[in-house]
Amino acid sequence: MRSVIINEVRHGFYLDSVALMRYSKTIASMDGVEEAALMMASPSNRQIMSDAGLLNDVSVDAEGGDLIVGIRASNTEAAETARTEANLILDQPTTSGLGEAWRPKSIRAAVKINPEANLALISVAGDFAAAEARKFLRRGLHVMMFSDNVSITDELSLKKEARDLGLLVMGPDCGTAIINGTPLAFANVVPKGSIGVIGASGTGTQEITCLIAQGGGGISQTLGVGGRDLKDEIGGITTLMALDALDADPDTCHIVLISKPPAKTVADKVVARIGASKKTFTVCFIGATDWDLPTNATFASSLKLASENALGGKALFANFDVNTIAKPASAAKVCGLFSGGTLCAEIQTLFISAGLSVMSNAAIPGVDTLSENSTAHTIIDLGSDEYTQGRPHPMIDPSVRDGALETAMADTSVGIVLVDVVIGYGAYEDPAGHLVASLGTSLSGSTLVIASVTGTDGDPQGRLSQIAKLEAAGILVAPSNADAAELALACLKLAG
Amino acid sequence: MKLIEKANQKALSRMLSADPVLIDVIPASEAIPDLKSHMILHAGPPIAWENMCGPMQGAIAGIAKFEGWSNSLEDAFEKAAAGAFDFHPNHHFDAVGPMTGMTTISQPLMVVENRKFGNKAYCALNEGLGKVMRFGGNDDSVLERLSWLRDDFGPAFGKALRSGDGIPLKHLVARGLTMGDEMHQRNVACSGLILRELAPALARTSSDNEELAKILAFIGGNDQFFLNVGMAMGKAIMDPVRGIEGSSVVTAMCRNGTEFGIRVSGTGDQWFTAPVEMPEGLYFPGYTEADANPDMGDSTIVETIGLGGFAMGASPAVAGFVGAGAASDAGNFTRTMSEITTGENPEWTIPAMDYLGVPTGIDIRMVLDTGLAPTINTGIAHKEPGVGQVGAGVVRAPMKCFEQALIAFAESVGVK
Amino acid sequence: MENDKTADLISKPLNVINIGLEGFATELKQQGVSVTHVDWSPPAGGDPKIADLLSKLGT
Repeated sequence: MRSVIINEVRHGFYLDSVALMRYSKTIASMDGVEEAALMMASPSNRQIMSDAGLLNDVSVDAEGGDLIVGIRASNTEAAETARTEANLILDQPTTSGLGEAWRPKSIRAAVKINPEANLALISVAGDFAAAEARKFLRRGLHVMMFSDNVSITDELSLKKEARDLGLLVMGPDCGTAIINGTPLAFANVVPKGSIGVIGASGTGTQEITCLIAQGGGGISQTLGVGGRDLKDEIGGITTLMALDALDADPDTCHIVLISKPPAKTVADKVVARIGASKKTFTVCFIGATDWDLPTNATFASSLKLASENALGGKALFANFDVNTIAKPASAAKVCGLFSGGTLCAEIQTLFISAGLSVMSNAAIPGVDTLSENSTAHTIIDLGSDEYTQGRPHPMIDPSVRDGALETAMADTSVGIVLVDVVIGYGAYEDPAGHLVASLGTSLSGSTLVIASVTGTDGDPQGRLSQIAKLEAAGILVAPSNADAAELALACLKLAG
Repeated sequence: MKLIEKANQKALSRMLSADPVLIDVIPASEAIPDLKSHMILHAGPPIAWENMCGPMQGAIAGIAKFEGWSNSLEDAFEKAAAGAFDFHPNHHFDAVGPMTGMTTISQPLMVVENRKFGNKAYCALNEGLGKVMRFGGNDDSVLERLSWLRDDFGPAFGKALRSGDGIPLKHLVARGLTMGDEMHQRNVACSGLILRELAPALARTSSDNEELAKILAFIGGNDQFFLNVGMAMGKAIMDPVRGIEGSSVVTAMCRNGTEFGIRVSGTGDQWFTAPVEMPEGLYFPGYTEADANPDMGDSTIVETIGLGGFAMGASPAVAGFVGAGAASDAGNFTRTMSEITTGENPEWTIPAMDYLGVPTGIDIRMVLDTGLAPTINTGIAHKEPGVGQVGAGVVRAPMKCFEQALIAFAESVGVK
Repeated sequence: MENDKTADLISKPLNVINIGLEGFATELKQQGVSVTHVDWSPPAGGDPKIADLLSKLGT
């Protein structure tokens, strides 16, 4: 079959050669079109078109200022379709005038276009986080480092460098901060107020700020320091700087410090700094039962107690009576599956102080490590490394908990499954919905499921609507993590 | 490291304070006294005959015939293979050349003097579009044009330039940027501007109206006429930046059709090379990627001084060559290149980008840190000698050059 | 001295440069916070030797 050549000449119609090359490409790629070109009819262009077998008699008189549309197609229909398309493009040449927004690739460029920036939020892989943080420090930005797997040597050198520059390094592994009312990374929407929080723990900080909000209090600032800041190697560099900052902050009247029990030498420095302040403090070293503190500070052994103390001793959820909703557990063992590490620790504290034997993959002092064939209650932190290697954190992707949930629900020795539901910025869009869907029909079995929601009604997911979803599915909901522990204990007691 | 920042600022200030002026056109033998018979300067880093691509070999055969060192193209191929010619990069002789970049004794070279530093750089005349030697063309029409450039055009051009104080280029380029040129793929405005500067002097120094008309028509009919002027200017600007201890600024980028090569100020005249990449772009009708030769030419010197791909924002029409990119994205190319440069040129600005200065002084550290290779606007040659240009597009400098350069640079400042 | 900078952080409007998870930047934007997201990739394409040299040569 012979090819069909169509030529069309637009006299005195000028278009830029680059634009024409782009149109040519569009037309040439149409179905049935063998070759096509839209070109100004200069002698050299005519030669090119002629060599490509694109010219016929129609265009013999075309001159330099004329545009030739040359189409060679396998049949007349395809050629005409292409001609129509070419004319359409020529008559309506504009497409979108909106270019893609430009995004800087480097820290140097980002700081250049946003010279007012005062905080860097870093969540790149741990191998690279320290080097990138250094670039920010040298450009005068405070750093919040969500990245983990940063070596302790890097952490120390970063924090020293930052301290010399008067800058804060929150982290590594710092998931939570609220600065000037803005929740950063994993944090909740809480009212402004006069309580400042310094946290070495993410979910612990979240629980305390949320409980304070539910008790009618408000938060001035929440500064994270990273899980290792109070270790010997780091010496509490960020914690001490944060204490200085909140001590000097006129909007902060009371300060809550939350951490795992610190190293003795570091604790001494921190306690001395607290003693030097005129403000009052609540100190919650989760896992410790008591601590020697100056008179302006009070020790709290749980997140709930810490919140109550920060609220001036106001009792939280005084109307909540576990006995009104408690049911007898069908078996003697509790299996706790937690996305929040500190929530997991708080449960362990409350269980061992109630005289129960507990084992955990993230054991606090007095708790055993996991072992098979143990009758101890099992409290698991699903956010710890062995579960998150190469996977997202369960607060981001709650399906990390699905497998363990299924196993626990099917285990006849387990009478109670205890879980946390953490909401707020950074967290999954509907963790309660996911939990209910994941439990599915197992909810109609004899195993009790007890949950609490860490969050506020101001959060994108909404605390009350999350609770409603859980309750509608038959899950027993306690108003706080600590109350969930109490509820579980009550259910065990009812079973005798 | 403070030393590096200081050295790079020095490099940048040398670039920005340059004062390039087009002053003359003279035979290569006069311009480059070390250039002898049977010596052929080519584009890119050093390369042996057997490793040259088709267009480069084709151009060498053509130029050997042009110079009378061979009586036929076949003979020239044989002689070249037998080692009868000495091959050297233009860059080793203060020169640059587009695409194949042939420079030999009898060719007329434009002379750009950097009046701030007193150095000179050279580039041959642009032959126009179509079948030309810079794309490996070597037939009689190509050689005839070269003869006319040598015997008539070059001398007339030189005479006109010598009759005045030369044509200062810095402001001409500044105006060209505001008129839509980026000085690599698009030189329409600057070619027109230089014709405007040159026409009165050409008229004054010419006695033959017909010849004058031919010369004016040649410049006026060649949208890329200014490219070679801009290249000599680029070389004249960059040469004083060579050899600043501790500077990680790139002083030259070029390709020979086989390899891409860069030089870095702090490591002096050492070349860092890697296999050259294929350009991505648009093709003339009848041609496809399969016909394309890998990237070629010394013209990347214009990117080295902040033009070409770095000045894409000035020339939205050229941004279309990237294929999918919208013309309105042109500014993003320039912004992206500003992530790998030491600073901006306050005199060469882009009105549509709120008078942002073109990104200037490529820093190898930033290239590697960001993973952003310099964007180069380029013409695409047919891989067979003698066919000529088949398209135009964009190519990226290979990262491997920068990796090698960084290792050598680190050593030069005592870092391991 | 050092208190001035942390005092600045907790008293002036927050202005963030985000590098890593883009969701953090999106959420800050939704809250009306000034944020610049960096389209980051590992330095030197992840080549540890080059990355090490870069960190010593400073960028």
